[in-house]
Amino acid sequence: MTDAVLGDTLPHDATTFDKGYLGDGHTLRSWLLTTDHKRIAILYALTITIFFFVGGIAIALVRIELVTPAQDFVTADEYNRLFTLHGIIMVWFFLVPSIPTTFGNFLLPMMIGARDLAFPKLNLFSWYLTIIGGAFTIYVLLAGGVDTGWTFYTPYSSIYSNSHVIAAAMAVFVSGFGTIATGVNFITTTHTMRAPGLTWFRLPLFVWSMYTVSIVIVLATPVLAMTLLLMMLERFFGVPIFNPNEGGDPLLFQHLFWFYSHPAVYIMILPAMGVVSEVIPCFARRRLFGYDFMVYALIAISVIGFFVWGHHMFVSGQSAYANLVFSFLSFIVAVPSAIKVFNWTATLYRGQITYESPMLYSFGFVGLFTMGGLTGLFLASIPIDIHATDTYFVVAHFHYVMVGGTVSAFFAALHFWWPKITGRMYPEAWARFAAILMFFGFNFTFFPQFIMGWAGMPRRYGSYPPEFQVYHVLSSAGAAVLAVAYLMPLAYLTWSLRWGRRAPDNPWRATGLEWQTSSPPPTHNFEKLPIVEDEPYDYHPKGYVDQEHETAGTAESTQKGGEQQ
Amino acid sequence: MMRHFIFFPPEASEYARHIDWIYLGLVGLSAIIVGLVVALMVSFGIRYRRGSPAKRGRLPEWVSRDVEIGWTVATLFAFVFIFWFAAATFITSIGAAPRALEIHVVGKQWMWKIEHPNGVREINELHVPMNVPVRLVMISQDVIHSFFLPALRIKQDVLPGRYTSESFTADKAGTYNLFCAEYCGTDHAKMGGRIVIMTKPDYQKWIDAQPGAKNLAEKGRQLFTRLGCAGCHFEKGHTRAPDLAGVYGSYVRLADGRTVRADEAYLRDSILQPARDIVAGYTPIMPSFKSTVSEDQIFDLVAFIKSYSGGSYSHDGEATQ
Amino acid sequence: MSDASAHPAEEAALREPWESIARQRQAVEMGMWAFLASEILFFGGIFAGYTIYRSAYPEAFWVAGGHTSLFYGATNTAILLVSSAVIALVPRSARWLSLGSFARMMLWSGALLGIAFLVLKGFEYAEDFHEHLFPGPDFELHEKGAQLFFAFYWCLTAIHAVHLIIGIGLVARLAIAGARDPRWFSQTPAVQATALYWGLVDIIWSIVFVIVYLPGRG
Repeated sequence: MTDAVLGDTLPHDATTFDKGYLGDGHTLRSWLLTTDHKRIAILYALTITIFFFVGGIAIALVRIELVTPAQDFVTADEYNRLFTLHGIIMVWFFLVPSIPTTFGNFLLPMMIGARDLAFPKLNLFSWYLTIIGGAFTIYVLLAGGVDTGWTFYTPYSSIYSNSHVIAAAMAVFVSGFGTIATGVNFITTTHTMRAPGLTWFRLPLFVWSMYTVSIVIVLATPVLAMTLLLMMLERFFGVPIFNPNEGGDPLLFQHLFWFYSHPAVYIMILPAMGVVSEVIPCFARRRLFGYDFMVYALIAISVIGFFVWGHHMFVSGQSAYANLVFSFLSFIVAVPSAIKVFNWTATLYRGQITYESPMLYSFGFVGLFTMGGLTGLFLASIPIDIHATDTYFVVAHFHYVMVGGTVSAFFAALHFWWPKITGRMYPEAWARFAAILMFFGFNFTFFPQFIMGWAGMPRRYGSYPPEFQVYHVLSSAGAAVLAVAYLMPLAYLTWSLRWGRRAPDNPWRATGLEWQTSSPPPTHNFEKLPIVEDEPYDYHPKGYVDQEHETAGTAESTQKGGEQQ
Repeated sequence: MMRHFIFFPPEASEYARHIDWIYLGLVGLSAIIVGLVVALMVSFGIRYRRGSPAKRGRLPEWVSRDVEIGWTVATLFAFVFIFWFAAATFITSIGAAPRALEIHVVGKQWMWKIEHPNGVREINELHVPMNVPVRLVMISQDVIHSFFLPALRIKQDVLPGRYTSESFTADKAGTYNLFCAEYCGTDHAKMGGRIVIMTKPDYQKWIDAQPGAKNLAEKGRQLFTRLGCAGCHFEKGHTRAPDLAGVYGSYVRLADGRTVRADEAYLRDSILQPARDIVAGYTPIMPSFKSTVSEDQIFDLVAFIKSYSGGSYSHDGEATQ
Repeated sequence: MSDASAHPAEEAALREPWESIARQRQAVEMGMWAFLASEILFFGGIFAGYTIYRSAYPEAFWVAGGHTSLFYGATNTAILLVSSAVIALVPRSARWLSLGSFARMMLWSGALLGIAFLVLKGFEYAEDFHEHLFPGPDFELHEKGAQLFFAFYWCLTAIHAVHLIIGIGLVARLAIAGARDPRWFSQTPAVQATALYWGLVDIIWSIVFVIVYLPGRG
């Protein structure tokens, strides 16, 4: 397949290549003390990549253990620490920061025509808070681990566990404030720094997703901070907060914890939805279908998502009345997500679709997120959940949405904006192969888990009855394939930094202000601040697609910000 | 080869079969929806690939707002229907069966201690008769556990400090899995066992053959006397402590004006935190037995109080009057 | 749009990436409100827990609440309210160069009142320890729920004290930097932001006083 999409003629001569913000300072100090949102995005990207692979190694060891029913590879204590570490790292040090702190940081100012975020120094401080949190995590890892599960349930965590609970909770506590600071930064930036003419309903969906996710972050994360703080105080000082011997209620911990942790899953998925809403219109050459409803759906998910936390607690001992209310609201919150899936599908209708790797990842997202979301309906049904909760069914469900969903979108974003961020093209054939391999490896790993979960296989077990072995073997084999699929981009993207083709300003002929500056952009983003007069996703004239003109490529018009001929 | 792939646990009750039908219904619905989305994406993806001869042209008028509202409303109705169907099943299932066989479960790291009403004890095994409503009353001695019976499609978290319960009526004999389903530390994966469902005659035979079969209430009565409870509660005139005859299930008026129902939780709290809910007309002089009794012993005491309908007992255990 | 170079005061306070001090001020205020929203949710968690336990153990909380020190609590509340009033004078007055030293004096007064609060809190804590009111084996009260009350008392007041210390630091920093560059002081959005934060610290304390100290009297 040819790269016919890249229809322009920038010189690819190394000597004239302007490295933009990447060339603006080469010392370590210029990176570690930068306030440039783009450099901070790179710092974050390196950080989360390292954590992704640490969390990945942890689960590789888990999946090796699970090949046999007996506890014969690691001890039970080691196993418990491995899955806990995997959860803590993947949730708080990969998924939550992933898209917002890398692509959000890099693109939000550019997409609204601004020179930086509202509070550049706060942005750097956010990264340092994440690093400090990460340091606590590394300490926990080296000191012997924590074995409470990423959910830290009391009284096990606050009284009974003999592991490094406080250090692990501190890791999450500290990094949480970094996340809140990023949320404050994004909210303020979106409100006060939009270019002239860029009204709210002209914003790209990615900007909307950064904005809504920031509101959820700012309101939900502090509750986690307080919950973990109270658990730490109980453990360290022995003051009773959740201790039933003194009248405390372990369920109070669960309510407070899930009050954050349910919105947290929306923190992890909203940015992914924003990415897909940018990629699909570009490679289908069509406006996003139903822009207004897509915005309302993001808002609805953000708001309703605060009122469904009890669906994690159907068997916890909470009242039947609470169960019914949370079940009902959980079905309601599924509606806007379904709308988004329909709209992405409808965006393809009458398009001119090409299959570059960002598009392949986005297709994968739509399919896998749909499957994960539908299994959410299973879990929202109380009698189904009573059987399925705390089994591999739940594990499969959340991996479908978090990994099949968010990680696919992360890779879509990585490939889509790689040229803009680095000024290089990656080798497309390898990228497509990796995308397809990832899709198959993912399903191989996690689909068997639905089946064995319903068959009764509990979660957080390092040893299990032999009737489940066949599923575990399939799952572990899939995980090996998935591991290869994750290592491939690490390899070819790194390769491209040195040997990749130079990228033009707008290799995908995408709309959006970020594509109207060089690849990579200069430190101040734009030579001249843009003025916006058109709607987003101006891939074709409104309501009408002219078959003769569209394939000629609207290269010139998109360069100018979406004027139509 | 397919024998190796289990898709469902055995269905050991009517309820389990019903749940599996709901599950299959959801699987069918999901398959349709996923199928629809995939079919559309694939067909659009092929039909409208760049350079294909398919007609692009003007979008029909009705596409867009009407279609949006249409599929939003349809989705909403479908989801609310599923909620209603599942919720109805749930509500039906939690209606308590009268005269259920009550079995006590105490979970602790990392084992299950089970006690039948006649005092028979088991570890990590639960023998129950078929076609008899069974109610498990459960508590933990330490952290949160969860009593999971896949063949019956039920689980319930087992909490420290508070009773929880789950109920079932099994109708298929056999031996099935019991798992702990709430992570509880090192040997969480080993905290399992079996539920053995037997025909009623078989169950009776089994019960009779168990050593130490003794009436739970009898054990509780002996404890009641030994711990000194009888000293106040059997006192004639009941000036120091309320009369416990028939108290279980009755409504008790408290000193602060509230009226509460005397269920297991109330009885347990009265033993462990006697100063909390004082009966009207009495002073808080009862000492707490928190450090004196274990959860197992509390079950025995509660069993005695539930059975106690009046009269008192002399020191040698003979009922008087 | 004003030309920054013609107004050196504005230029002193203007920061990247802003082009006008008015916009910057608007953004800083909005950012501070967003941060305050997160703080309200932060304390909301512990207030929710306290409320739930209070409704579960009304008697024990009533009795335990009576053992808090009304003298220290009320005095500290008065101190913080006065400090808030004093700090509230700062944002408006700071905008005038001629009132700069007055504004900085108000900042120092607020900070000193905050320190007074902490000193009294220290004495109060000492007294509480002396009376065996720290949850543990030799805790004074025996009702179930009393230890819970005091667990929340210690956690709430300690977390609030940490916030107050941060507030004092912010106020002091502002006063010192303001003395060094009065022009910057007259234009910087940091004044409004600091005053807002101080207001939060005061409001949180007021809630603590009402729900922890006041019940259980009479």
